[in-house]
Amino acid sequence: MSLLEVDDLTIRRSDGRALVDGVGFTVEAGEVVGVVGESGSGKTLTGLSIIGLVPEGLSVSGRISLAGRDLLTQSQREWQQTRGARVAMVLQDPASSLHPMLRLGEQLTDHLRTHLGLSAKAARARAVDLLDRVHLPDPERILRRFPHELSGGMKQRVAIAIALGCEPSLLIADEPTTALDANIRIEIVKLLDELRTSTGMGIVFVTHDLAVLSSIADRVNVFRHGEIVEAASAAEIFARPTHPYTIELLDAVPRVPWQIGHVAATPEGGAA
Amino acid sequence: MSTPLLRVQDAVVRYHQKGQPPVTAVRGVSLDVHPGEIVGIVGESGCGKSSLARAMVGLNPVASGTIEFLGKPVSKLPIRRRTASMIPLQMVFQDPYSSLNPRRRIEDQIAEVVRGSRKAQRQPVPSATDLRAIVVDALVRVGLDPDLGARFPHALSGGQRQRVAIAKVLAVESRVIIADEPISALDASSQKRVAALLRDLVVETGIGMAIISHDLAVVASIADTTAVMRAGQFVEQGPTEQVWTAPTHPYTGQLLSAVPDLVRRAS
Amino acid sequence: MTGTDVADVKRPSRRTRTRRVPTWMRRPGVVLGFVILLAWAVIMLVPALIPYDPLETVGPALTPPDGQYLMGTDALGRDNLSRVLAGASTSVLNGLAIVVLAATVGTLIGLVAGFFGGWVDEVCMRLADLVFAFPGIILAMAVAAALGPSIRNAVIAAAISWWPGYARAVRSIVLSLRESEFVLSNRLSGVGPIRSIAVDLLPAVTGSVLVLAMLDIGGAILFLAGLSFLGLGAVPPDPEWGSMISGAIQYFDQWWLAVGPGVAIVSVVLAFNLIGDALRDRLEPRLQEIQGEAR
Repeated sequence: MSLLEVDDLTIRRSDGRALVDGVGFTVEAGEVVGVVGESGSGKTLTGLSIIGLVPEGLSVSGRISLAGRDLLTQSQREWQQTRGARVAMVLQDPASSLHPMLRLGEQLTDHLRTHLGLSAKAARARAVDLLDRVHLPDPERILRRFPHELSGGMKQRVAIAIALGCEPSLLIADEPTTALDANIRIEIVKLLDELRTSTGMGIVFVTHDLAVLSSIADRVNVFRHGEIVEAASAAEIFARPTHPYTIELLDAVPRVPWQIGHVAATPEGGAA
Repeated sequence: MSTPLLRVQDAVVRYHQKGQPPVTAVRGVSLDVHPGEIVGIVGESGCGKSSLARAMVGLNPVASGTIEFLGKPVSKLPIRRRTASMIPLQMVFQDPYSSLNPRRRIEDQIAEVVRGSRKAQRQPVPSATDLRAIVVDALVRVGLDPDLGARFPHALSGGQRQRVAIAKVLAVESRVIIADEPISALDASSQKRVAALLRDLVVETGIGMAIISHDLAVVASIADTTAVMRAGQFVEQGPTEQVWTAPTHPYTGQLLSAVPDLVRRAS
Repeated sequence: MTGTDVADVKRPSRRTRTRRVPTWMRRPGVVLGFVILLAWAVIMLVPALIPYDPLETVGPALTPPDGQYLMGTDALGRDNLSRVLAGASTSVLNGLAIVVLAATVGTLIGLVAGFFGGWVDEVCMRLADLVFAFPGIILAMAVAAALGPSIRNAVIAAAISWWPGYARAVRSIVLSLRESEFVLSNRLSGVGPIRSIAVDLLPAVTGSVLVLAMLDIGGAILFLAGLSFLGLGAVPPDPEWGSMISGAIQYFDQWWLAVGPGVAIVSVVLAFNLIGDALRDRLEPRLQEIQGEAR
């Protein structure tokens, strides 16, 4: 039995049009499964359905089971226990996923106390531990800070720390690197890679950027117009894609034909 | 080497906020944009690249140093009509969602800038028929179906809107285009197409372009020369290939090491 | 956040949408408002509906409402109902005139102040502050007293004390949009300031101005009624709701004399408020959508 099984997931608009149509895939513990596609492909909705945050007015059918338990038939109360605790989510824009007016410590401990019933002191200790695990320096100071005082990359690490808080078995990462500068992306990807190895959690990595997936995904599902057009191991997808659309997406990755050089040991007065 | 269309020399850009000490966003930067050439400026958020871009087009004043377009100093955008000589110096902005008026049809917006530019340059304003032809031509040149002209921005995708933004600057016959993160807000597949469009336009028309981005790889695919910016200064500057194959500054090395594997594999 | 996917899904074509009545207009409050306004419009347009001549004595003075005089008669034996119905034109139309005048002047000043900034902005805003400093009625009284009591002067007086609200609201929207990319890109192409204001900024403020105006009409009618109540607006024997109420003070036991015009005022003010509220709710999410569309 896989950690996550999505089977024949269909999400329809009120006029009957299917935004996600018969989608199915699995995620094993410790595995990173990429969900890749352009805007409008249904990839974000799929991620939202796994955590029960599909917008109102859309109807969801099919089966989503997490460790054997069917999520789609859960009550709202059961969802409250699942969401954030068994399944967590990291969103694209760390600036808007963190409350701008609350200190980070409060945002972290709030979450922990609600779900795990910890005392203030225990929650704070755990918060420090979490920030440590996402490699943020000087966690005690960070707890006192407000989101706007941190860089984009640091904010995203905090968001990941919050997501890790209750040791979820599954993490949905919806475009976690898209809003970050290109040079920070690889760090966040490496962090996620490290975390799935150390915690054994599965990750559904939703993105439009195949290049980012190439550094972390074990398997990839290619979405187009609400359907999966190709699903294979990462190695297969990147080396021997079969579907024309996958080839098109791969084609869109900028390729630099040059051999990347290494910086000379003593820069020759490089600063302008 | 032809004369540069745009020449930046030791430009310094400062921000003044009430009650705060002034912030120096750009600390003395020099570059040239030649016809038919793309200059890439790469750096992280906060390095000053957007401030530099805005100064290059006249949206920010320079505190010291010079920025010259076709030999004339770039003047700050006034409240009145922009100076005629500055009109061929144009900008493409980052956010495709806010660079178009949400309440007007695409064709009307393109026609508007054509009329405005002609009036500013004291040239006769084209008739309605000629105007329509110019609009259609602009849309076709950026690879859009002319029928899209009748639609409103919200009906277009991000990539399409960016093409419209490019169509607008083409329609006013730009000589230099400053593109501030023109593709960062788009899907990966659209990014490549729009980047290719920019490259094609520069090669075909001899326009000079400066493209600002945080993504070294994307810039590398179209820029002839690359400048790496950090904390308001260029730490590395030169032909793009050289910056990649023989970087001299550690920061450049850092940026290069963050490039995903997939990009590094030569085709 | 609810999906780059969902947000990017194309909306249904215009053809299928225009046939149906917009959702915001289907709320019970809005329907009621429109019904009330429609009723008054009919009354204003069809003079034949008015049972008696509002200026003529038609029966014994101060009779309570009965079969013949549905709202009773006043001190001069004129039919109260007829006077109330006839007063609609004066009160409603002049109320509208106040709002239209104030909104137009205020919008223009707000656009100019917001766009040009600098000393132009300072002068306009200090002028607005000056007007704000005076209680509306006092200012209007001063103007009306100076120009002489008449409906027309009351309208002018009221508009003078009303425009700053519009100016400030418009200016604040202009300030937030002035540096947005679509405005800048037009100005970079040589579009002049007047044209820029007209095509880029004015359309962005009309929605808010319309909502403000709708919500203000009720207030304007009351304001006019107040001025007339004080003797600075309508001149007897013209029926105007405010002056009718003023005249009814002496006849406290004859409750119908005040209740008639009072209910009329309430109904019109309520109608405009209901519609204006719904219009604002409809516009607010769109405003945010347009001004700050997130991916």
